Amino acid sequence: MLVSEKLEYGPDEGPALPSSSSHSTHALPRVPVIRIRPARAWALLDVGELQEYHELFYFLVWRDLKARYKQAALGAAWVVLQPVLMALIFTVFLGMLVGVPSSGLPYSIFVYAGLLPWAFFNNAVLSSSQSLVGGAHLITKVYFPRLFLPAASVAVRLADFCVAAVILFALLFYYGFEPSWKLLLFPALVAELTLLAVACGLWSAALNVRYRDVGTLLPVLLQLWMFTSPIVYSSSVVPEKWRSVYSLNPLVGIIEGMRACLFNLKLDWPSIAFSVIVTGALLVYSTYAFHSAEESFADVV
Amino acid sequence: MRPIIKVEKLSKLYRLGQRSIAAPTLREAFMGKLASPFSRRRRDGEDDLWALRDVSFEIRPGEVVGIIGRNGAGKSTLLKILSRITRPTAGYADLYGTVGSLMEVGTGFHPDLSGRENIFLNGALLGMKRQQIERRFDEIVAFAEMERFLEMPVKHYSSGMYLRLAFAIAAHLDPEILLLDEVLAVGDAAFQNKCLRKMKEVSRDGRTVLFVSHNMAAIQQMCSRVFLIQSGRLSEEGSSSSVTSRYLNDASQSEDGDFDLSNHPARLPGCQPVIQRLTLYNGSDAPTMRFHPGDAMVAEMLISPNSTIREPRIAFSIEDSTGQRITTAATYFQEERFPDIEGPSRIRCCLPQLQLGSGRYLLSLSLDNKYQGMIDGLHNAAWFEVIWRNSFGNGEAYSPVYGPVLMASSWERVE
Repeated sequence: MLVSEKLEYGPDEGPALPSSSSHSTHALPRVPVIRIRPARAWALLDVGELQEYHELFYFLVWRDLKARYKQAALGAAWVVLQPVLMALIFTVFLGMLVGVPSSGLPYSIFVYAGLLPWAFFNNAVLSSSQSLVGGAHLITKVYFPRLFLPAASVAVRLADFCVAAVILFALLFYYGFEPSWKLLLFPALVAELTLLAVACGLWSAALNVRYRDVGTLLPVLLQLWMFTSPIVYSSSVVPEKWRSVYSLNPLVGIIEGMRACLFNLKLDWPSIAFSVIVTGALLVYSTYAFHSAEESFADVV
Repeated sequence: MRPIIKVEKLSKLYRLGQRSIAAPTLREAFMGKLASPFSRRRRDGEDDLWALRDVSFEIRPGEVVGIIGRNGAGKSTLLKILSRITRPTAGYADLYGTVGSLMEVGTGFHPDLSGRENIFLNGALLGMKRQQIERRFDEIVAFAEMERFLEMPVKHYSSGMYLRLAFAIAAHLDPEILLLDEVLAVGDAAFQNKCLRKMKEVSRDGRTVLFVSHNMAAIQQMCSRVFLIQSGRLSEEGSSSSVTSRYLNDASQSEDGDFDLSNHPARLPGCQPVIQRLTLYNGSDAPTMRFHPGDAMVAEMLISPNSTIREPRIAFSIEDSTGQRITTAATYFQEERFPDIEGPSRIRCCLPQLQLGSGRYLLSLSLDNKYQGMIDGLHNAAWFEVIWRNSFGNGEAYSPVYGPVLMASSWERVE
């Protein structure tokens, strides 16, 4: 941000005295470049600031990706293997032994299409909940929008998801699924899932700074969330009268919507619309919660 | 001229034990609510600490201002507020320029990334734009003198290389306002000197600099104005020489050459108060801080280590009143190795003949070994005075224009 070259004076200020130093011959801006004020109860998201620092966001994502893929030779392989192994376990135990209904699809690809976005969501929320505590050395030493830490964790997991999705599309091809126009909706649902992960990540990250046992509780809650979502079973197993309550869970609309896109099934528009509303509301709330907790991060972390 | 930094009644309140009182875990927060559902967080103010209280000042563009004070006086809190790491509780600050702050060198360095990658990452964290980093990349590498190691992960760097790279990046920041917190306290003397030279260059460019340091010599060399912060308040402000010398006098309150160093503001950051006391003698039994040229000087240190210090290296330096180092006496210049320090010990350093002209001199002490590195160090922690007396029989008074060192000399006509 450059100081304006034009000399500007207030009504009662004379011209600046010439000075030996080069910077001081520039006129200072009339309004402060940075205003430092006590925290206010109501805090708004400063979009201009996010824009100004956006390069740092890319650097944070790039750092994590680069370091991970450098550290572990299997770095990229794990990203693919984790959901594949999980899918294998569920296929053997739930698909073959229990015989869970899977919307008339082969159970293996049915469960993989659910586990892949779930692994993304689960890992994204877990790693962003740790991002502020893990980034304490940055928070206490340098200023940048704190939101970037949890958001970057989600972005890193999104990159993993994209790599692992290659297997999904290979499977689709292998089983001979015809792509339909609905596939175009898939990226939109991924975006919605990402926003939902950001919302949950922001909230749990802010809570984790204050209460350190959030990190212990969170995996349990996520496990519960997984089984109340149609990840390893189809939502058709849920009785009709509970269906509306069940759809309160935004993951129902997202995961079933993704399956409908991939396998050309019937889209359940009301539950998708509902998941969009819930995601939006959660995002607004958690951004607010994060922002009002943000002031104390450097003091408490 | 309008100020580039305007600070008005800036205050920062810390609730001490905020974490331990206000529930460290969700479970305890929950149980606390069950136990006493109607009690709000206690607000009696007993545990409140005003780290900063009603601090107001203005800084004009191009000024280099030093901030001094004891550990915990609020210097770093002030810098953290100005760099937006934390928010004030009351008051405000307006900055009319871009800000770069340096609270430590190498913030955010990732051990697995190469030097090249870390330059970009660290630069971005310090607020540089990608283009800016690219433009100055070669300069940074040249300054750090490490072209050959650019592709090596920084975890394989020696600590010296690591510091050089980190400082090189920081030195090429281009903000209008630069906030520095004790960054010069790291590294060896050669590195510190290089940093200091670079900082002088930066301030000559007309950059506005705020500089927190315990190094009075650096403060005197760099800063035109100095703020003294005591218990969160701006207690004094003025020219660097007047404020620093008054501060040193207050800090080393001693009329008799006996300096209590156990809680001394000149202690370097990260040091343990192992050197507890320094007493100066001029050959007689009574401590003194007044010497005459040619007097013997005996400096007695009380060293109380927590555990045995093996192969200790003790150094004792004399600086002139501007902080320029004149000489150092150290155990490691002696032929025999100094014995291990096993418990509280009195250690004497004897200078048989003080060959200094009249004036005021500062003293610095350091204790280290190869196992622990720096154990304790105090910069400009004590002082003494040399008062002219015709000790060597030379007649005229020896004034500083002749140079700091007065050597005993004999003169005769040989032919």
